[in-house]
Amino acid sequence: MSRGLKGGLFQLALLFSLGVGFLMLGTLLVDVFKDGLPYLDKKLLTDPPSTDPEIAGARPAIIATLYLGGLLLLLTVPIGVFTAIYLEEYANKTRWYNRLLEINIQNLAAVPSIVYGILGLAFLVRGLGLGRVLLAGAMILTLLVLPTVIIASREAIRAIPDSIRQGAYALGATQWQVVSRQVLPAAIPGIATGSILALSRAIGETAPLILIGAVTYISFDPTILGPFTALPIQIFSFLRLPQEEFKLLAAASIIVLLGILITLNAFAIWIRNRYRRTW
Amino acid sequence: MSTPAATARAEPQLRARRRRYSEDVVKGVLGLCALVSVATTVGIVIALFIPAFEFFQDISVVDFLTGTEWAPLFEPAHFGVLPLISGTLLVTAVAGALALPLGLGGAIYLSEYAGPRTRGVLKPALELLAGIPTIVFGYFALTFMTPLLRDIGIQVEVFNTLSAGIVMGVYLIPTVASLSEDAMGAVPRDLRDGAYALGSTKMQVATRVVVPAAVSGIIASFVLGISRAIGETMIVLVAMGQQPNLTLDPRAAAETMTAFIAATGAGDVPTGTLEYKTIFAVGATLFLMTFVMNIIAIRLVRKYREVYE
Repeated sequence: MSRGLKGGLFQLALLFSLGVGFLMLGTLLVDVFKDGLPYLDKKLLTDPPSTDPEIAGARPAIIATLYLGGLLLLLTVPIGVFTAIYLEEYANKTRWYNRLLEINIQNLAAVPSIVYGILGLAFLVRGLGLGRVLLAGAMILTLLVLPTVIIASREAIRAIPDSIRQGAYALGATQWQVVSRQVLPAAIPGIATGSILALSRAIGETAPLILIGAVTYISFDPTILGPFTALPIQIFSFLRLPQEEFKLLAAASIIVLLGILITLNAFAIWIRNRYRRTW
Repeated sequence: MSTPAATARAEPQLRARRRRYSEDVVKGVLGLCALVSVATTVGIVIALFIPAFEFFQDISVVDFLTGTEWAPLFEPAHFGVLPLISGTLLVTAVAGALALPLGLGGAIYLSEYAGPRTRGVLKPALELLAGIPTIVFGYFALTFMTPLLRDIGIQVEVFNTLSAGIVMGVYLIPTVASLSEDAMGAVPRDLRDGAYALGSTKMQVATRVVVPAAVSGIIASFVLGISRAIGETMIVLVAMGQQPNLTLDPRAAAETMTAFIAATGAGDVPTGTLEYKTIFAVGATLFLMTFVMNIIAIRLVRKYREVYE
């Protein structure tokens, strides 16, 4: 076979590799929209679930997902960013405990999400006696995405050139002044992008919330310290019901969930492009 | 070399005259935040292994690891974890057979062939694929992939390993592709230029220079992809079924470790019972399997970073 032909076939095979993924993505979206669009109406957003698919909605789950998202940002961003600052600006990387901390965070990023669910079940729901409440769900999702936020924030902080720090030190700034007035403001776009992407990952998580006990029938609006269900869990519950109509209702709920996620992602990309700086 | 005393006279004093305690407080607060992730790991280990240890006082470890029947809720109960492990490994094998070659191929294309504009389109699309929640993939496997397989003549059960595995493979492509591409991106330009100067084609550069040079990172992406497949819950819970089944037939229904944990945890199992403790025994097994793979992947990534960066 000639070199050119062989090379061409190889390139085609590579394109095919990516093509399979995108073809599936496209099929998935078409499939979901075809099934779900007829059921995507006002009642889905404003009515509670029901045993009758004709009147069932997902209002409590949608509200709970928005609450979860808000709590998550409040809890994850400060802890994640402060950890990243510690690792990048303060930690002496030759010390064994700081290296261990780094490996620990990398490993946590790859621990199966269901294991976080077990942690929540054992410590928050049963151990602390918090019960199967929304706050417990938010706390577990916080721990789940914390490594992602830390890793993204570290990259944003590392991208700030050292000359900025040295300039501030030369003017007599203390370390915290350098970090809080020079490094952090410059790193905010990167941190914001990473945090929003982590948030959108958390909002789509189902498995840990199942163990926290979110698979319940909830017909009222959730509160932070009350029982709850979330949008991915609601989709799971719809899928478990025998009638075919509930599968279509699940598809409609998936459209709502994807809508929320795509909005978040678009916002993250907008921030990334709007505030992109090259040093 | 001048003596220390002479240096002190010649140079201005660089140390602050007065210790700033507020700086210490800041460092302490930041360190405390970093401790949250340490506490998480400690918490996971305690949460999993103490109940698992209690479980193994009632059920012998050998029976657990070698038993071929998993029926914790039946009478008489059986606690052999092999059917759950076989279900997990079978769906992982199907997913890996798809995701590893396709992810690697995609990474080679992105790293070696795609121009900046093509990359600008393909990478966000790949991120979009990676951002789709797994429950949505589960829905897709159940309502689309399984009927499709039946239409093309593969006799699968309503819940089956094959369609869960195929869809999970698609879900893993971005993980494998982006990590492999990172590793290839770290290979220095000089190596490629050297090969071109010797008359290599683009394909030869890609397959004989870039891929071998990035091999530790590529293996890391494979290991991490497999670790993710083992730990994935929702696709298998929705599409693969909840019946422990010691089989190598991907057309049949089976149960994974994760699906068992989720299905049992969803019900209100009373605390302290043996059924409750099975969640932790299986969870500990799952955690150990993924932990070993994660550490291998972290080490491999560190290796290529040390060589090239």
